[in-house]
Amino acid sequence: MADVTADIEDTKNGLSSTRVAQILLVAAVLLAAARPVLPEFMIRVPEAWIPPFAQWLDYFFNVIVIEKLKIAVLTRWFAEGPLEFMLNTMANLLEGKRRWPFLGPVPWTAVAAVAAVVGYYLGGWRMAALAGGTFIWTALIGQWKIAMQTMSVLSVAAPLAFFTGLLLGITAWKWELVNRIIKPVLSVLQTLPFFTYLLPAVIFFKVGPTAGAVATIVYAIPPMILMTTLGLKKVSPEVVEAGKMAGCTRWQMLTRVYLPAARTEILVGVNQVIMLCLAMVVLTAFIGMPGLGAKLLAMMGSFKLGRSFEIGVTIVLLAVMLDRLSKAWVVKLPEHHEKGTPWWKEHVVLLTAIGAFVVFLALAQFVQVFDHIGRKQDFSRGKEIDTAIKGFLAIDTVQAFTGWWRWFLNVWILIPFRNGLLWIPTPAFILGIVAFSCWLGGKRPAIYAALFFSLVALSGWWDRSVITLYAVISAVILSMFIGLPLGILASRNERWSRRILLACDTAQTFPSFIYLIPAIMLFGVNDVAVIFSIVIFTTVPLTRYTIEGLRTVPPEMTEAADMSGATKRQKLLTVQLPLALPTMAVGFNQAIMFAFFMVIIAAFIGTQDLGQELQRTLAGTDLGKNFVLGICVSLMALSFDLTILSWAERRKRALGLA
Amino acid sequence: MKLKLTLSAAAIALATGTAVHAADSDDPIVIPIHNWSSQIVMSHVVGQIFESMGNNVEFVTTDSQAVYESVRLGDVALELEVWEGAFGASFRAALEKGGLHDAGDHDAVTREDWWYPMWTKDACPGLPDWEALNDCAAVFATPETGDKGRYLDGPVDWLKHGAERAEALGLNFTVINAGSAAALWAEIGAAEADKKPVLVFNWTPNFAEAVWPGEFVNFPKWEDGCDKDPAKGPNPDALYDCGNPATGYLKKAAWDGMGDKWPTAYKVLQAISFTNPQIAEMAKFVDVDEMEPEEAAEAWLEANEAVWKPWVEAAM
Repeated sequence: MADVTADIEDTKNGLSSTRVAQILLVAAVLLAAARPVLPEFMIRVPEAWIPPFAQWLDYFFNVIVIEKLKIAVLTRWFAEGPLEFMLNTMANLLEGKRRWPFLGPVPWTAVAAVAAVVGYYLGGWRMAALAGGTFIWTALIGQWKIAMQTMSVLSVAAPLAFFTGLLLGITAWKWELVNRIIKPVLSVLQTLPFFTYLLPAVIFFKVGPTAGAVATIVYAIPPMILMTTLGLKKVSPEVVEAGKMAGCTRWQMLTRVYLPAARTEILVGVNQVIMLCLAMVVLTAFIGMPGLGAKLLAMMGSFKLGRSFEIGVTIVLLAVMLDRLSKAWVVKLPEHHEKGTPWWKEHVVLLTAIGAFVVFLALAQFVQVFDHIGRKQDFSRGKEIDTAIKGFLAIDTVQAFTGWWRWFLNVWILIPFRNGLLWIPTPAFILGIVAFSCWLGGKRPAIYAALFFSLVALSGWWDRSVITLYAVISAVILSMFIGLPLGILASRNERWSRRILLACDTAQTFPSFIYLIPAIMLFGVNDVAVIFSIVIFTTVPLTRYTIEGLRTVPPEMTEAADMSGATKRQKLLTVQLPLALPTMAVGFNQAIMFAFFMVIIAAFIGTQDLGQELQRTLAGTDLGKNFVLGICVSLMALSFDLTILSWAERRKRALGLA
Repeated sequence: MKLKLTLSAAAIALATGTAVHAADSDDPIVIPIHNWSSQIVMSHVVGQIFESMGNNVEFVTTDSQAVYESVRLGDVALELEVWEGAFGASFRAALEKGGLHDAGDHDAVTREDWWYPMWTKDACPGLPDWEALNDCAAVFATPETGDKGRYLDGPVDWLKHGAERAEALGLNFTVINAGSAAALWAEIGAAEADKKPVLVFNWTPNFAEAVWPGEFVNFPKWEDGCDKDPAKGPNPDALYDCGNPATGYLKKAAWDGMGDKWPTAYKVLQAISFTNPQIAEMAKFVDVDEMEPEEAAEAWLEANEAVWKPWVEAAM
């Protein structure tokens, strides 16, 4: 199907991309078949040909950036001055760190009460229960202090990411040149493995909450920029005209016309910022971020599954709460009061919040549990959950089941597949990827794929890159077997769709580290455990976008199919799935991106890929090598990203959906 | 508790009457904590000792390899557990770059080697002698390793040379690298249920000893140069044909500027030296008794005044 549209577009400039893809594929196969007679340099790029990228980068960082330009002095000033001041202030208020203004910590009851009032304002009683309940859970389970350590950093990082993102977004919208520069940088940032952020963050911003905050900001900023630019571009000309007629200055045009008109997109950006910030809670613990993440790593280091699990639940609750609240904010339109409404009525929510805050602040002075939940007063059930998890894993049928899968997948699928990929000569491998990219996405993405993969080959980390790719491909294919049927089944019924989508949200925000231990306990330290932990993550977008794709198929189409007497099966295969495919492709793309993200984390199980080398560079001396490895991951991810998105775009146009 | 400590420290200062040193800076002494219990509790123990002397202390969580870069830059003031085996390389690399120095050894010795939980012995009674390993290789086999035994080594960056040793001693074993300490525990934890024999990398002092009793495999005794000179050890043609040294160091490292900025605290740091049983006790408070690290440190300090008071007295 893809080739029909491809042909329409490409025939005018010579060979169709399908034909090019075929030629490339044949060349790849021939080259691979000729492996026994190929000279050594055609099988792998010889060591001698590999440019010393790592040394160049090291030189660039150590000599130019740090010594000549003194960038580190500037960034360190920022980290130790304004940033640290903000972090300390929040840390004092929320967890009682001994810094100015020496007021905190605010009692947990007061925080929970204010959260509940805000929840009520944004989304009624349900939101109030969710917001208040999350904080009550956190306090009762005995994680208040560490949760507030996390929140104190996030409450600085998220607004900074928001403002910087907004500013960059506006600049990119105003000046096309900036837009052109920023776009590729953002694409790389979004695909760069987190290990690559950590080291520069430590060197330029000092280990501790400062580095944690900066790494979080860098990770969370891209969607904010993109959504801002998108929103501003979509502002309708009528609105702009109206603003001009009212005689707005340029500043007024921006703040009174453009930004309010782009409110929805900007708020979606805010939502994304919050979610990405929470996704970094555990990873930044490696560079000094205090709180839930650090505690989680400590708990996992001493094999306390139950307590780790409880921390995971807290993170999910915080994420779901902030997600729902910010989404409610997107939907909620600004309120306008009639003239003459009394002052207190206009600000009734604010007043209630302040009232609740003061009441609980006062109560906390007299009743200790309202102030903080002491040790031995909490309801943590770590030991019991430990026993339950271990008990489950010890069941004979579970062991037999996982034992069989471990044997089957390893011996019959994964190991042969991996060895097969490693056997293919580098040029044939690149040609194969380019052929795939050309067939699916067209010539442009194919050119990028060729360029990117050649760079990977020249980086000197080819074998490890192939092993990384092997884990990604295996995991995405396996999760298709789970995610697609699940999505198709769930989409048939509103209730099930909602349940499965909630499960998706939970699986996505649950800290990925927690999956690693059960994965090992089920399958042992080997590729099956690695792929299992990736599959949990990649199944989410596949399921989610399958549901969304199928549910947004125009009803006229399905009715037409019903009238022409199609069976359920025919309707699904010939009408619904093809129409849902472009949306599903977005899910597919996200699954690949998630897989690239997770495969690096899986280095903590034990892999032989780029992630393992990246982990090695954490010792802090190999900034150059760290970057080369990170870029390899990024380049491979980008090749797929460009290909699939280009395909989805073309399909949409062909189906008249765009 | 904190108040009491401050008072007792003040009392010491008064009693000895030697408060004429240059005063320590008011800036907080930043102590790094990592993700294993003994190090966390020990950091809090030392932190509370410093606080009892009137210093400000702050803790920051960091990666245990990346921390040496931070000590070097002065972002954190010290590091209390430098393991010869696991962190020696990172420590030496930072030492060469300059900015940090060796602040003395603990009494405690560390040992890192091939290890098995006790139940493994039922399946392979010849242990702990290494020569028994080949006879029981099949007991340790997994689907991926075929008829070879499987040994789960530490993460690659710990540079344990497990594969080289298996080769040098002609062991019929495949060596797999775990990705983290947590991965090692998960493997033992999974084997515990039906007492499956496993052979993994482990070390002491460590919380795992309390949870899963076990033993190290007795390899040919370490000789100096076993990693550089093939002639050393039983195999004349290979390196790494010995067990690891059974008495590796456990060091403290300090930022070069620490002595000038907090002279008294620095003297205490130099005097500090914990023993294996003390470290194990600290870990036990958290791992077995489920205390929070701060409480565990308080409890330990209360029970061991005789140990730490002299360090403070000598420095004041």
